Amino acid sequence: MTSPTATETVTTTGVGGSPQRPDGVRKVRGEFAYASDLWMDGMIWGATLRSPHPFARIRSIDVSQALAVAGVHAVLTADDVPGENRYGLELADQPVLADDTVRYQGEPVALIAADHPEIARQAAKRVRVNYDVWEPVTDARAALGRPTWNMLHDTAAPATKISRQSAHLHPKGNLVRHLKLRKGDPEPTADVVVVGEYEVGMQDQAFLGPESGLAVPAADGGVDLFVATQWLHADQRQMCSALRLPPEKVRLTLSGVGGAFGGREDLSMHVHASLLALHTGKPVKMVYNREESFFGHVHRHPASMRFEHGADRDGRLAYVKAEIYLDGGAYASSTPAVVGNAGTMGIGPYDVDNVAVDAWGVYTNNPPCGAMRGFGSVQAAFAHEAQMDKLAAELGMDPVELRCRNAMREGSTAPTGQLIDSPAPVEELLRRVQALPMPVDRSGELDLRAMPGGVSNTTHGEGVVRGVGYAVAYKNVGFSEGFDDFSTARVRLEIVGGEPVATVHTAAAEVGQGLETVEQQIARTELGVERVVVQAKDTQVGSAGSSSASRQTYVTGGAVKAACEAVRASLFVLVTGPTDLRLEGGQVVSASEGVVSSLAELLGDEIIEDTVQWRHRPTFPVDPDTGQGVAHVQWAFSAHRAVVDVDTELGLVKVVELACVQDVGKALNPPAVVGQIQGGTAQGMGLALMEEIVVADGKIRNPSFTDYLIPTILDMPPMQIEVLEYADPHAPYGLRGVGEPPTISSGPAVVAAIRAATGLPLTRVPVRPEHLTGM
Amino acid sequence: MRVNLTVNGVAMQADDVWEGESLLYVLRERLALPGSKNACEQGECGSCSVYLDGEVVCACLVAAGQAQGRSVRTVEGLADGERLDPVQQAFLDAGAVQCGFCTPGLIVMVHDLLQRNPQPSDPEIREALAGNLCRCTGYEKILDAVRQAAEVKAT
Repeated sequence: MTSPTATETVTTTGVGGSPQRPDGVRKVRGEFAYASDLWMDGMIWGATLRSPHPFARIRSIDVSQALAVAGVHAVLTADDVPGENRYGLELADQPVLADDTVRYQGEPVALIAADHPEIARQAAKRVRVNYDVWEPVTDARAALGRPTWNMLHDTAAPATKISRQSAHLHPKGNLVRHLKLRKGDPEPTADVVVVGEYEVGMQDQAFLGPESGLAVPAADGGVDLFVATQWLHADQRQMCSALRLPPEKVRLTLSGVGGAFGGREDLSMHVHASLLALHTGKPVKMVYNREESFFGHVHRHPASMRFEHGADRDGRLAYVKAEIYLDGGAYASSTPAVVGNAGTMGIGPYDVDNVAVDAWGVYTNNPPCGAMRGFGSVQAAFAHEAQMDKLAAELGMDPVELRCRNAMREGSTAPTGQLIDSPAPVEELLRRVQALPMPVDRSGELDLRAMPGGVSNTTHGEGVVRGVGYAVAYKNVGFSEGFDDFSTARVRLEIVGGEPVATVHTAAAEVGQGLETVEQQIARTELGVERVVVQAKDTQVGSAGSSSASRQTYVTGGAVKAACEAVRASLFVLVTGPTDLRLEGGQVVSASEGVVSSLAELLGDEIIEDTVQWRHRPTFPVDPDTGQGVAHVQWAFSAHRAVVDVDTELGLVKVVELACVQDVGKALNPPAVVGQIQGGTAQGMGLALMEEIVVADGKIRNPSFTDYLIPTILDMPPMQIEVLEYADPHAPYGLRGVGEPPTISSGPAVVAAIRAATGLPLTRVPVRPEHLTGM
Repeated sequence: MRVNLTVNGVAMQADDVWEGESLLYVLRERLALPGSKNACEQGECGSCSVYLDGEVVCACLVAAGQAQGRSVRTVEGLADGERLDPVQQAFLDAGAVQCGFCTPGLIVMVHDLLQRNPQPSDPEIREALAGNLCRCTGYEKILDAVRQAAEVKAT
């Protein structure tokens, strides 16, 4: 018998450790291949001709002049789509190339392949499209034939001419989904009632790496696509249908992804480049420029919302009623699921007996909207948190105290009737974020860089007021409402050069969040090895689902863990004798007998490989009349405090500090978790203060980083971050999704702070200078 | 047209350059140096920052012809063989890299900042990097990286 090992070896780069990201060195050297960096001998370039009109009938398309341009290899239109000319994540309603009608400005109409990207763009201008231009449908309520709200009074504005404002965009009408949720007393009463109407503008994901990919025609008549995406298999399914090819002939490999945030969940250039490649027999690269990117992906749904909160004098919520309109634009994308989130979680993380929520997702001729970080919860949070502050003011109560009195906790019942069956430390998050030290008041020292307006020298402190605001939010993790949400992992264990090596193969998209690092950490912890290879992400292994919904560490992490467990079980069969085995430091260790064997000795030339499809607990569709049901698998919670200085004369805001406390269940990689919270916080702040795609008459007015502003390092304040780890007993390692909650709570906290500073109601985000100066 | 230039110390030649091409396009598509990134191509995001005769510029705003006879240093030219530049190492160590698309431009910009100002204060770092957009990190770990790189370079 060997002697038991003296101490347990802790693998610092396993779960809970902070190893360096495997792509890190290549990224800092400029050697990491993003989709737009791909290159191949004989490659030509694709370009897209897009509709200048938000709503029009195509009478004719003449491609002859474009085809005649020297260096042009092909010009394709809807007639050249071999399969179904309709695709979509949830509903197949979007043409690959417009056939008879265009429904938004920027809708793809024709494709050009040429020797040089500029030749392709110039040739696109020579495609003659003859349109009958129609009046666009541009308001979500009007699209349903309902009068628009009068934002100044709680009454409906008189109906104006019906016109084409409610013309049907799609055969079944303009309603994509209505989620109706009813819980408790349908006619509740309360001592105090506050009502408010709120609007959220259209936000862009604004990932820095533009939509790009390289399609390579294959000898078998299929296509290999190297692309930046969030969900390879959903892309593959939609591509197969459009290209009329079987899955084995549509092979996708993930290239380097320059951020995603929801904007790569839908197809962009995937089918287009593949069509051109199959048509010309040459590799085709497509790279959107920034302007095209604003037209080439879906955005965050703009929302108009009406909320009514009733409470007793002690601040206990008696009821919440909400109406939420989400403008989905021309095509459905993920609107049904966004409606589901906004509806089921629209009142925020509060325990309320009586709830009535209606959420509508609507077709209009505005730009299509779909997934963006926070997904339906972001919009509702601006309203429910504004309402909580309004109610606190009405009651003369501290806004944090009011929230704590109504905080959801483990054992609460969600508005859907679902039991909250894991830690929900909403009150603790709020108390902790309130207790964090406040930023040092430097108003005595004149440093322009700390002033609203910065070095523009717009104030030396006169007219500047400080405000503090709080917000709390929650978000479902993973896909909800009965979606079959799974991931697939293949794990191999073998001895290479005398050392054990684990190889992990999944199709889960690394979009920058650090998933590959986490996959390695899990394999190290589960198999007790140091060397872990993560294979290229491709469709040669089963689906991992999307890198969205804060789900990938949970679901693909769960799949990798399960595949490692299967490999471990096969390995332990090789051991004769003790059964209380674990893997550690490259050795098989028995709890009672110590080291049994090294992995190298035990495995020899044998290779153990297992592929596992892993699912979280099932969810179920909600009842269509009441919205009741076990819709979600997990929730994640965060709370923010914002401190702002506002120049009330110019309407300029300087965010002084943002503080966040978030429960992550278990931090698999603590620095990466903090990085997610910091980055998510920035995107929420961006929506609160500056980010909006301005749409007028269905047309985008600011498709550039000159006019669509995202936070710079000057805009972002220092952040205090506190991470709590209350394990969810149902999740792998007890972890919770991390990426989305901070995007939901940071913005409402910023607006609350501006309200506190100025006393203004501020019912629309982004808050603009003119909202603060009253001009 | 033909453009002759020195990139990372190596004399290079690009042929068949169309007059409308930018230095960024020539680096990425003709000289096989795609490290400088194409996030906005109109000088707003800083992800294509390179040294041109020692001055940091947005390569997307420099016409290819303007680079004729000049010397360019890109992110690919900062490391000393296998040894990373202290700025590159600090970005790794601080966790300042997520998707990494902004990273090459930021690293060039920070490399330049620390040459001019070896011990920048936080407000000075923020002013210097105000033209470099990052969408993933919220900039906190980028600030950490700059402070760490300054410290390493000082010792």
